[in-house]
Amino acid sequence: MAPPDTKVVTATWDDPQVFGLDGYVDRGGYEGLRAALGMTPTEVIDVVKASGLRGRGGAGFPTGVKWSFVPQTTGKPTYVVANFDESEPGTFNNREIVEREPHRFLEGVAIAAYAVQSHTAFVYCRGEFLWPGQILDGAIRDAYADGVFGASVLGSGFELDVVLHRGAGAYICGEETALLSSLEGYRGQPRLRPPFPAVEGLYACPTVINNVETLANVPSIMTNGAEWFAKIGPEKSPGTKLFSVSGKVERAGNYEVPMGTPLRVLLDEHARGVLAGARLKAWTPGGSSTPMLTDEHLDVALDFESVAAAGSLLGTGAIIVMDESDCIVEATRRLIQFYAHESCGKCTPCREGTWWVSRVLARIEHGYGRPEDLPLLDELGHNILFKAFCALADGAVSPIQSSLRYFRDEYEAHIAERRCPFTGKGPGRAAEGTGPPPLTEVLT
Amino acid sequence: MAVLPPELREQAEGIKARYPAGRERSAVLPLLYLVQSVQGWVTREGLQEVGELLGLTTAEVEAVASFYTMLRLRPTGTHVVSVCTNLSCALRGANDVFETASEVCGVEHGADRSADGMFTVHEEECLGACDAAPVVQIDFANHDRVSPERMRELADELRAGRVPEPSRGSAPTDFRHASRVLAGAEGP
Repeated sequence: MAPPDTKVVTATWDDPQVFGLDGYVDRGGYEGLRAALGMTPTEVIDVVKASGLRGRGGAGFPTGVKWSFVPQTTGKPTYVVANFDESEPGTFNNREIVEREPHRFLEGVAIAAYAVQSHTAFVYCRGEFLWPGQILDGAIRDAYADGVFGASVLGSGFELDVVLHRGAGAYICGEETALLSSLEGYRGQPRLRPPFPAVEGLYACPTVINNVETLANVPSIMTNGAEWFAKIGPEKSPGTKLFSVSGKVERAGNYEVPMGTPLRVLLDEHARGVLAGARLKAWTPGGSSTPMLTDEHLDVALDFESVAAAGSLLGTGAIIVMDESDCIVEATRRLIQFYAHESCGKCTPCREGTWWVSRVLARIEHGYGRPEDLPLLDELGHNILFKAFCALADGAVSPIQSSLRYFRDEYEAHIAERRCPFTGKGPGRAAEGTGPPPLTEVLT
Repeated sequence: MAVLPPELREQAEGIKARYPAGRERSAVLPLLYLVQSVQGWVTREGLQEVGELLGLTTAEVEAVASFYTMLRLRPTGTHVVSVCTNLSCALRGANDVFETASEVCGVEHGADRSADGMFTVHEEECLGACDAAPVVQIDFANHDRVSPERMRELADELRAGRVPEPSRGSAPTDFRHASRVLAGAEGP
């Protein structure tokens, strides 16, 4: 067993010398790439397969298997696209990986490119990440200047160009097929799969798309071996996970722990507990698109299988913590407002459904809810789930259904009291000094 | 009258060259940022010029531009103040920060910009810095743990012609400058 404090993607974060290409190389950086270049591409894929590494962007698909799907006989170019469009609410680990040590991630990009014999890799950087994008821009230039990228990667004769491409503000572009549409210069709308990107991706050519954290794991797998990695964490979800913890906690931040670490450990030992000692009420295991859980789930092991068994999803490992003073109806309303705003509009159930749900939640929150609204929300959720091209719609259903599952009484209280029990606002028994907002204002 | 001066037209060709031959359409977002960096927002003429550079119709370019929130198709303030009000920030008081930003910047909800043309205020979705909630970006430079009082100070600094020190990295001088960085028309 690897020690429980094993670090992979954050291994050198505390070392002030590491920043910049020279510092990274001094600490063994780009040795993973060198090791990969000494193998055949198939051998590299086999190592990553054997490590058991699974995608960290949400779906958890085995990375080596994904790479092995790329055909090498099409006569077309092959592309690697790094998905740095991090925008799942509550998620901020990719940003810190790039801000702290861009070269670990870029090394992963180069290893992936070699494995699938791609000579052009794109990094799709979220537009709002102005500064992280500047860091990457500089790091890529440094890598070219030192012969890490370019005509002959580390003198191997393998050619690789790495191109930074910035997005322009659209959550949906984190969805891999929407990302490809955006990178090709179109609206960021998803495409129907199959064909999968591995076969027909960017410019209809074979394409591998990986998340930043996934790629940042690859260099250490190459240097330390598949077996080393496979022994960290549970058998089916090996490795560590960089969890983003935010909301009502004492110390929000990114914490790298072995997969399978229970929330209790992450919350108490790393995030130093719920803010001001309040009681935990609800939390998301993997961003707003994963069903929320409650204080009954404190001991759920945070790995793909265990979280799924508890009725949610590991997602991006973004833990948003809500305490007893937070209104679940308002939290859900705010999240659905997000999905309604970010729906690309392609599929009717998502475009119309998220907007409709956001209106129903707004009237419940403001004290204008009707008893028939709860069955209506159940029905709307049912009519959105799995009815659209991409997972954005399914993600929107997560907060709706999970909040109704665990906190139905709170919805009922809003409707019965005709106000929000937390703010006191609403036409029913309004708290002193807070008159009811007019309905027109609520529903604009 | 061309939107892009000769030196930026040259850079536009360099931006197109980042993408494989025949795939220059991929340059539409950086080129839109480039025209935005000249005009402060993307005008009709800007859309047209990007279309000319890529062999696309103005309608095709507009269809792309209108999809993305960071490409502004309406008159925009010198500075764009983006306040995240998504859940992690809302739990730490972001709604008050957004209200304060709208008030101190003099931007009515739904208005393009303040009467003096100084500010656009944008209610933002998650900015991926939830450990620093509530998060505000000024011209896409991050400001961490912004209270309503701090929001007032930030607006005052901008009004006084100073660029507030961001929490990490360097800040662009204004929205046009940020757009130039986003186009990749400026080195790191």
